[in-house]
Amino acid sequence: MISPVSRRTLLKGGLALGAGLAIGFEIPAGRGARAQNVFAPNAWVRIDRDGIVTVLNEKSEMGQGTLTTMAMIVADELDADWSKVKIEQAPADPVYGNPIIGNQQTTVGSSSIRGSMMIWRKAGAAAREMLIAAAAKKWGVSADEVYADQGAVYHRPSGRKLTYGELVDEAAQLPVPQNPRLKTRDQFKLIGKNIPRRDTPDKVTGRAMFGIDTVLPDMLVATVQRCPVFGGTVQRFDASRAKAVKGVKDVIQVSGGVGVVATGYWAAKRGREALQVTWDEGPNAGLTSAEISRGYAELAKQPGKVARHDGDPDRTLREAPKTLDAVYAVPFLAHATMEPMNCTAHVQTDRCDVYVPTQNQTLAQARAMQITGLPREKVFVHTTLLGGGFGRRSETDFVADAVELSKAVGAPVKVIWSREDDMQHDVYRPATYNVLHAGVDTSGTPTTWTHRIVGPSLLIPRKRPLPPNGVDPTAVEGAVNMPYAIPNIDVEWIFKDYGIPVGFWRSVGASQNAFIVESFIDELAHAARKDPFEYRRTLLSKSPLHRGVLEKAAKEAGWGTPLPRGLARGIAVAFSYGSYAAEVAEVSLSPDGKVRVHRVVCAIDTGFAANPGQIKAQAEGGVIYGLTAVLYGAITIDKGRVVQSNFNDYPMLRINETPTIEVHVLESGDFVGGAGEPGVPPIAPAVCNAIYVLTGKRIRELPVRPEELKRA
Amino acid sequence: MISLIVNGKPYQLDVEPEMPLLWAIRENVALTGTKFGCGIAQCGACTVHLDGQTVRSCITPVSAAASRKVTTIEGLAPVGGLHPVQQAWIAEEVPQCGYCQSGQLLSAAALLASKPNPTDAQIDEFLAGNICRCGTYPRIRAAIHRAAAMVQGGQPRGGAR
Repeated sequence: MISPVSRRTLLKGGLALGAGLAIGFEIPAGRGARAQNVFAPNAWVRIDRDGIVTVLNEKSEMGQGTLTTMAMIVADELDADWSKVKIEQAPADPVYGNPIIGNQQTTVGSSSIRGSMMIWRKAGAAAREMLIAAAAKKWGVSADEVYADQGAVYHRPSGRKLTYGELVDEAAQLPVPQNPRLKTRDQFKLIGKNIPRRDTPDKVTGRAMFGIDTVLPDMLVATVQRCPVFGGTVQRFDASRAKAVKGVKDVIQVSGGVGVVATGYWAAKRGREALQVTWDEGPNAGLTSAEISRGYAELAKQPGKVARHDGDPDRTLREAPKTLDAVYAVPFLAHATMEPMNCTAHVQTDRCDVYVPTQNQTLAQARAMQITGLPREKVFVHTTLLGGGFGRRSETDFVADAVELSKAVGAPVKVIWSREDDMQHDVYRPATYNVLHAGVDTSGTPTTWTHRIVGPSLLIPRKRPLPPNGVDPTAVEGAVNMPYAIPNIDVEWIFKDYGIPVGFWRSVGASQNAFIVESFIDELAHAARKDPFEYRRTLLSKSPLHRGVLEKAAKEAGWGTPLPRGLARGIAVAFSYGSYAAEVAEVSLSPDGKVRVHRVVCAIDTGFAANPGQIKAQAEGGVIYGLTAVLYGAITIDKGRVVQSNFNDYPMLRINETPTIEVHVLESGDFVGGAGEPGVPPIAPAVCNAIYVLTGKRIRELPVRPEELKRA
Repeated sequence: MISLIVNGKPYQLDVEPEMPLLWAIRENVALTGTKFGCGIAQCGACTVHLDGQTVRSCITPVSAAASRKVTTIEGLAPVGGLHPVQQAWIAEEVPQCGYCQSGQLLSAAALLASKPNPTDAQIDEFLAGNICRCGTYPRIRAAIHRAAAMVQGGQPRGGAR
């Protein structure tokens, strides 16, 4: 149950973050606060009389290890015995809002540690101080003589000991400290260590429960036929043949299309194949990728909204002794999580339960409230494990399917999207068109850099406000904060929406803008006949953190040392989601133009590493995610619909194409960066820059096309 | 009625003979460790063993498995135990989201059954049908080498991550 807002004890305080930032902070009483025999001082910690510590994790576990790292952080400040810490998934509740993501309970933007670590530390520390105070009271001694360690409290002078379980009742009577003392870094026992993930055993034995594995009594299974054309609607449908399929229970129109509800997925799928829907395909029915590209190119001739303007780029570009010009384009991309979209809902008159692999509990709950008309405290979001997220699962289209269908049939309904549904009804990484100009002096050093981006917006269709300059920050991230010391810079953005749904895709704007910026700077380096690493290094004189990872990656990769014939290196560096990453790729090309990446060296600086092993894993995964995009990723549009449908025509990188990957985690301190996304942006330019060295051909449009690299 | 033997246990299922084995396992036998990924044998998430050989259960009609031995992730090791590949997967911290790992593990176990000490190239060839979107491939290679070494009581062979 969610504790109603009115019952919460809210405490306000302030807390200095490592970097000197102060964040607002509240520790509300959590679930079970009133229960007997349990000490539950806040929404993250519960201790029972057996000394079992339950840590409630509000983030979504989609592979990044938050379930373990989050609990480590709470347990460390709590001085819990890690072997007695249980981790439980928290419900949807406003208390779990992430202060750096609009106070939503959401797991996006590599924000968990960045946004919530201090809250978790404080939650653990507050509980620890209360247990210490309870023991001191019981012993009649000063709290100064008492300390906590490994799930017990000790009286230093006498050596007396009470376990946390023995202190539960006393601690529950005490006031919650407003501003508990946090550990210093040297006092950490779990934070900063490579603690094994708690979810691994279940994930190798088949016991791990993903959303698609949800089973409820008397549950039905459904699949929804959506209009193949974006923006199209149902004109009419004939369900008679569908309903004749054995196992089909009902056919119901929902906001997303037409749902076929059956006793199991196979029957639902068969029923859907027999369903006849006539669509009003709407205004997008003739749209093609070629039309989008032409439209973008035409728009790019006009000035855009100014995202950054340094110096006098117009004049300096005009007067530059030499200029370079380039057009870069990137396609729409699907997320393609391994677990297709799904959701299970059980709508009853007085409550709604939603079992869902979601990255955004706040929005999932709000969507269910809107459909059912039930108030927040009657809508229960049960977050399952997520079979991948990458931004796709922060949407609520699959939630709406299940809630609408359950409401209509009056039974629990699990909605499963097919792979084809998942790929053809995604919210895609935006396709963009980019015009760049550089002015360089006689030594090849850039004096002017201009970058004009044409593409859709993630914020405008979501009715989220834009900053005063009118530029969607997600569209220009990685471009507007281009790190090179160039005195005259212009970055502009032109908004164009063709009705293709777009969404947040692992590393978002940086996923494409790093490719463009890091490829074009490479063009400048080669034009200046300078080493691309040294050229960058010189221009990063004012960006020591970029330079730090760049130098580390170059050194570990053996930059400048000879490679076997047929291999070449490319390098790139990017900042995204609070962290710095540089990658060096070693690449070869087969005679038929197929690119083979042999080795990738990554240096990533997250400032602070709460669980370095997980940062390493995320960087490895980020490289592979990015390699799929650079080598294969393209969602194309024809007749207003997505051409690709499954892994046969939207291929993923496979193990036989996977390079060796070495990751070096740096901790330069003074900031807390993200881990899930920053490994992605540098890989595309690193690979393409190596291809240039091999072939002399500059890749300015993704994905790489082997037919264009074929040896003549 | 279709007779199925899953992880050594007999089942009588009232299902259409052309229903894919995947859905019979997941929804009728109620073992959910076998995953739906693509439905067209492209991703390997649904991999199970049929008489010891890997098959893609999403395109295998349940009738084709009738009276044959089906092994799923839940039956890869005896109850309470772990197969060497599962132990190695834990030691190398392979899974991220974990969704594809049942399929990866069943492929790895089948590989080791036929090639007790595979090279990287043999691993790559045998597991090329199993997609992992989180990108755990380098660790899968390392874990298979580790499992091979465990079985043989030796040290893992080379194979860089």
